[in-house]
Amino acid sequence: MTFNFTVSPDFAPDRLSGWYIFNTWLQKQTDSAIHLEIYPDFAAQKAAITSDKIDLIYANPYDAAMLVREKGFLPLVKSAGSSDEAILAVHRDNAIIDVEALPSGIRVAHTQDPDVRMIGMIMLEPSNLTSDTLQAINCDTYILVAKNILQNKADVGIFLAQAYDDLSDLVKKQLKVLVRSQISVIHHSLMIGPKLQAKREEIQNLLINMHGSAKSKEILDSLGFSCWQKVDDEEMEFMIDLMDTLAI
Amino acid sequence: MLKDMQPEDIIGEYKEAVLNLYGGMKRKVLFTEIETPYPDGKLIVSSTDSDGLIKKVNQAFVDMSCYTEEELIGMPHCILRHPDMPSAAYKDLWGTILDGRTWQGYVKNLRKDGGYYWVKATVIPNIRKGQVVGYTSVRRKPSRLKVNESIKLYSTLS
Repeated sequence: MTFNFTVSPDFAPDRLSGWYIFNTWLQKQTDSAIHLEIYPDFAAQKAAITSDKIDLIYANPYDAAMLVREKGFLPLVKSAGSSDEAILAVHRDNAIIDVEALPSGIRVAHTQDPDVRMIGMIMLEPSNLTSDTLQAINCDTYILVAKNILQNKADVGIFLAQAYDDLSDLVKKQLKVLVRSQISVIHHSLMIGPKLQAKREEIQNLLINMHGSAKSKEILDSLGFSCWQKVDDEEMEFMIDLMDTLAI
Repeated sequence: MLKDMQPEDIIGEYKEAVLNLYGGMKRKVLFTEIETPYPDGKLIVSSTDSDGLIKKVNQAFVDMSCYTEEELIGMPHCILRHPDMPSAAYKDLWGTILDGRTWQGYVKNLRKDGGYYWVKATVIPNIRKGQVVGYTSVRRKPSRLKVNESIKLYSTLS
């Protein structure tokens, strides 16, 4: 039997080969056939989850509630010490220095990343901006979010903090950060579906110890992680409760 | 047990009030006119058990409330209740969450040092295996417009 693995479409493009290498490692370690399928966007990934095509997923926190409550997924691990944070940025020459000064009707560029967009919208609330009082500009990548600001096609950009930090210095010099979230408790998680759950403990232990050997540590490096950290059921439930409160 | 506030903890000139809290409890509070602005980008998060006793707080909660984590754990959430908040708001909150629904509103919270801070609060029941086992509350930065509307509204409520 072949199991299906997928990764939330918001991973950094330069990590793609890392995920394929990780999948090969996982197959060898578990002696299981695992196929990695990368979906082009969140809608395609959701359709696959809905039709029960996924057994293992590195999931966006926004999808965690649906995976646990509707599809019986359980958490395995998260990347140690990392959390999903967002940044609101404007053009360097923009006179505004405070979110509260942003006027109604502004153009806000963002990607499809659901958790980052949600955190960004929460950070816009002090200015009374809602999805009804701003013009949303949907972009495929964070580089395009930056480009929209630099070309004066957008007034504000919502970035994944990590993606913003990874922009070139040349681009960052032309931007100005208004606010960076410090939430700390929202994170992507590797989650396991019902068909694979007999192997949950085995896979969890393999992953938690993965940084112990030089060769597998290299694979973690290629994903941009230092090591995996266990996520227990209650931590996941807490994050789901948190996402539920924030989505309102 | 929730203790009365102590003058030595207060920064600045203060007034006194006695709050009638849920379950017949009373508490003397000392409060000033000093507002602490809500920090940009942060969320204040806490969890309580089903009786409203605090189980978990994050660092932003500790920083904004001025209490230590040790002082907060096991205390009723009304340790933050400010005398300017009308009972009607808390009645609405508890009526909503006891009914298994989510409550959202603007709240003026009282700090240990007598100052205050405004939040936009969301409270949801934590349901595990069909049972409410507690509540999670998340506060975020409110807009000043909404705060000003709330000040006007709450002054008309008891």
